[in-house]
Amino acid sequence: MVGMNVNLISGRTAVQGQNLDSKLTEKYFDEVAVCNLNGSDMEKLGVTPDDNVRVTTAYGAVVVKAKQDDGNPEGVIFIPMGPWANVLVSGYTEGAGMPRYKGIAAEVEKTGEVVLPVKELMRTYME
Amino acid sequence: MVEITDVVCSLCGCVCDDIVLEVENNEVVKVKRGACSVGKSKLLGHERIKSPMIRENGELKECSYDEAIKKAAEILYKSRRPLLYGWSSTVCEADSAGIELAEDIGGVVDNTATVCHGPSVLAIQDVGIPSCTLGEIKNRADLIIYWGANPAQAHANHMKRYSYVSKGYWTAEGKKGKKLVVVDVRKTMTSKMADVFVQVEQGKDYQVFSALRAILRGHEDVVPDKVAGVPKAQLLEVANMVKEAKFGITFFGMGVTQSGARHNNIVNAIQFTRAAHLHGKWSIMPMRGHYNVTGFNQICCWQTGFPYSVDLSRGYAWYNPGETSSTDLLYREECDAALIIASDPGAHFPGAALRHLAKIPVIQIDPFANPTTEFADVVIPAAISGIESEGGVYRMDNIPLRLRKILETDYYVPDEEIVERIHAEVRALREKEAE
Amino acid sequence: MADGELLIRNGVVYDPINGVKGEKKDICIRDGKIVESVTNPKVIDAEGRVVMPGGVDIHAHIAGGKVNAGRIMRPEDGRKGVEAKTSVCRVQSGYSIPNTFATGYRYAKMGYTFVMEAAMPPLAARHTHEELVDIPILDNAAMPLIDNNWMTLEYIKSGDTDLLAAYVAWIIKATKGYGVKIVNPGGTEAWAWGKNCDLHDTVPYFDVTPAEIVKGLAEATEKYEMPHSVHVHGNMLGHPGNFEVTTDTYDLVKGIKPYRDRPAMHATHTQFHAYGGTSWGDFESQATHIANYVNDNDHVSIDIGSIILGDTTTMTADGPMEYSLYQITGRKWTNLDVELETGSGITPFMYSGKSPVNTVQWAIGQELALLIKDPWKVALTTDHPNAGPFIGYPIIISMLMSKKRRDESAEDMHKVIFDRTELPSIDREYDLNEIAIITRGMTAKTLGLAEHGKGHLGVGADADIAIYDMSPEERDAGKIQKAFLNTKYTIKAGEVVVKDGEVVAAPPGRTIFVTPECEQSLMDEMLVTLKDKFDKYYSVTFNNYPVQDAYLPHPFEIKAPMRG
Repeated sequence: MVGMNVNLISGRTAVQGQNLDSKLTEKYFDEVAVCNLNGSDMEKLGVTPDDNVRVTTAYGAVVVKAKQDDGNPEGVIFIPMGPWANVLVSGYTEGAGMPRYKGIAAEVEKTGEVVLPVKELMRTYME
Repeated sequence: MVEITDVVCSLCGCVCDDIVLEVENNEVVKVKRGACSVGKSKLLGHERIKSPMIRENGELKECSYDEAIKKAAEILYKSRRPLLYGWSSTVCEADSAGIELAEDIGGVVDNTATVCHGPSVLAIQDVGIPSCTLGEIKNRADLIIYWGANPAQAHANHMKRYSYVSKGYWTAEGKKGKKLVVVDVRKTMTSKMADVFVQVEQGKDYQVFSALRAILRGHEDVVPDKVAGVPKAQLLEVANMVKEAKFGITFFGMGVTQSGARHNNIVNAIQFTRAAHLHGKWSIMPMRGHYNVTGFNQICCWQTGFPYSVDLSRGYAWYNPGETSSTDLLYREECDAALIIASDPGAHFPGAALRHLAKIPVIQIDPFANPTTEFADVVIPAAISGIESEGGVYRMDNIPLRLRKILETDYYVPDEEIVERIHAEVRALREKEAE
Repeated sequence: MADGELLIRNGVVYDPINGVKGEKKDICIRDGKIVESVTNPKVIDAEGRVVMPGGVDIHAHIAGGKVNAGRIMRPEDGRKGVEAKTSVCRVQSGYSIPNTFATGYRYAKMGYTFVMEAAMPPLAARHTHEELVDIPILDNAAMPLIDNNWMTLEYIKSGDTDLLAAYVAWIIKATKGYGVKIVNPGGTEAWAWGKNCDLHDTVPYFDVTPAEIVKGLAEATEKYEMPHSVHVHGNMLGHPGNFEVTTDTYDLVKGIKPYRDRPAMHATHTQFHAYGGTSWGDFESQATHIANYVNDNDHVSIDIGSIILGDTTTMTADGPMEYSLYQITGRKWTNLDVELETGSGITPFMYSGKSPVNTVQWAIGQELALLIKDPWKVALTTDHPNAGPFIGYPIIISMLMSKKRRDESAEDMHKVIFDRTELPSIDREYDLNEIAIITRGMTAKTLGLAEHGKGHLGVGADADIAIYDMSPEERDAGKIQKAFLNTKYTIKAGEVVVKDGEVVAAPPGRTIFVTPECEQSLMDEMLVTLKDKFDKYYSVTFNNYPVQDAYLPHPFEIKAPMRG
């Protein structure tokens, strides 16, 4: 597995917003349990769209589906705001009160692991 | 079939209020016009929580409203450091009841701004904010900047109703007489529409604000050839557009509040607005995400003196974001119970905070199940504000509007009433103990 | 409202509207009103203390968008006045911008029972009302801003006074407001483009002058039986040399016949408009000029807007003025322009006795009160919080009543007070009757509230009473100040709300609003133009604009029919 160091940001998307009140649906899962990468980054990782990737930061690791978005500069990955992205975000706000949802040092690699559905993902916090 | 006009949307900070619906048999059957795809989705309805529930042996079991409310009151009454969080997707009346409850039980009351535009509030507390209502922009603006915001995805009606595409008194030509600048780290649906797209290195907006300020104040000589990945030529181009504008507006979003420098970015953004103001009329506005996030901050401030992250455990209001913010309280494992209403920390809080939320008793008040429901020990389904109950809200530009009641419900209880009933039960428990 | 009977005996009563000037009198109360006699009352023995009707504040910024913008911006002000909740009181915070609960409690502790919110941006009227509802105890009202509204500017331009009157009626009704507020007419619309206007400048694009706006709105107002006249914050506030613009503004309504025995204009926070000199360097008081005008004319009343030394927060709809203040101090500054209507600016400000400018400002407010002979033309205000917080009213009262205190204070201030103001040479001292006039008698009368039960203790009046812990003979300024800060008793609608300086009950107050009744055909014609504005230019719909009944849980309506 070739891992790559990247900069992770999370944020809104239209489909994510359309499902704010229906986060337990497939539509939400398909949109939000996703890592958007620039095409050339995907090539470097040996990842094709719909492959899964494992994203790791100092705060956690999560498996999500890869999607191509050439709007992203190389080295920047975008995971829509939501439960999968937040596994990777630090709970320490550095005195700002606001967690750092954007600009997190991360590592991405291709994986054969499965993406956890949202309820199962939540349950991992109870262990 | 009845047509209902002037419906006020209860989803994002745009609070569009010209929606036209068709209602039949107590159901919204058609959204005729006015709503974007996200608002439409809400108005047409989703699957929702069918009954109050209490968790027993790990499973949520249905119960009555009375039982759930009693259980919620017990949890809060016994708690020594309760967190009352959310409030942004419900009405002012509910927020007011919540603050009163928090004051009574000595809890910390906080809203979603704590993970959203809290940094903007902090910046305002440093430097203030030159701003205006959305109609001012619609009628006057000839230069619109979206910085770290993606309205095409997050506030879909924004450009059409209020800014780039809209038509107003001095802007009768719509797009034609205006210029759009988008600043972001990546290309988005919004940046595609821009006359100028400034692609900035992630986390380095601060430098770009400083560079533009320097140019606007006549010191372009101190600006290097490249700032945060942006060529000086482009900075000069944008600065010229700013200088030539009669009325400019910067809308900003999470791109600048959630990255490393947090509120310092916003301070600099506001100072950039002041520098621009030397050349023409300039304002700046945060793109508030939820339809009443602004409302909670307003009410909390006029009632307690402070806009969010208010700790009432001492019997008076204590405000110290970074100490009294929800994420910090959970991260320090300090709160021992949480009331989560009209929000979804399960989906939107960092993992470490959720680890603690999972351990403590959680009461959830929401019409819809979501990731937070997995942690909830008591679930109380609310009537949907703006559809099944009316109430006050504040738009992103601080303009107050009133949500309408469109549909009847003889089962679901509005947020305000749920909170008040919980509070009444807490008082009853206190009186009982005093005997 | 307390159903029971209450008797206040042995008080020395000052009830200027009824000509009572310090008489020992019983006051009988039943069902929240003053009555002729009672049979089985609870008795309060005032033991020779000063008794007055509850205070009526004619102008303060206590509720609404810009007030809260100030609170949001200034947590450091919030931290100054922090007080813990009690069994009766919610949490309190703030000094120059107290939270809503503290506003109610602190005014009540000073013996006030009614406050007029000075300026309500119509588009955000709901916000003003939500805050008013959260102010305990006090009855209240709010004045909508009508002078920079596009409808107003267009009707002034076209000369359609009747249609302007229809719009005035509509907007006061839609906002559940009390009367016509004017702030920097024309200038705040100009500020939406970063500009400003003097009295005879032309408003950009609308081609009318502020003078025309003031005159036109005064005429429109007097087409109805409005309880209160136009309430005016004139152009060029705060600028050295503005004193002539001020009296020129007063001149504009000279020929207008008010509907009743009251002035045709109430000019507010006149201290800020009585400036001489040509710059801050030769800045001096022109209070004499203004006082002479008011002495010689009956068509204007004023409130003083007197300075309280210390840190405060300025907030007005005079956007350009607030911007210049920010440019002087470099402190934080918030601006909020409101589409088609008005704007506002908020910035902190410190008044220091060491500053020559602030010293002159400090003198002016008092000069105005002392040089104007007839106290029925004068109201005591600090334009809270612009010249200072309302909690400073007792300081001003003690200054007006004590030459000695004024002289002592002058010694601690900049010596320009001797050359640039008249204050040190003024010997006059207010007596309690005059204090009662400028804090309740004049204000209730000028607002048109006296016949609705405010500001006096005649039979039928609201049982709103202040019992101050001092004897009428008290001359010590410090003791006077202390007495006016915390009452022995404050009674509101017949219920004891403050006792021995502590809040013991916090019932809700009522919101008083006026309904001007315009002839329907005029209204219909005006509405065509207005609806067009909503369709094209406003960012909210016509139907969503008016303040809904839900925002006034305790309303009191005053009807204002069209004059014959």
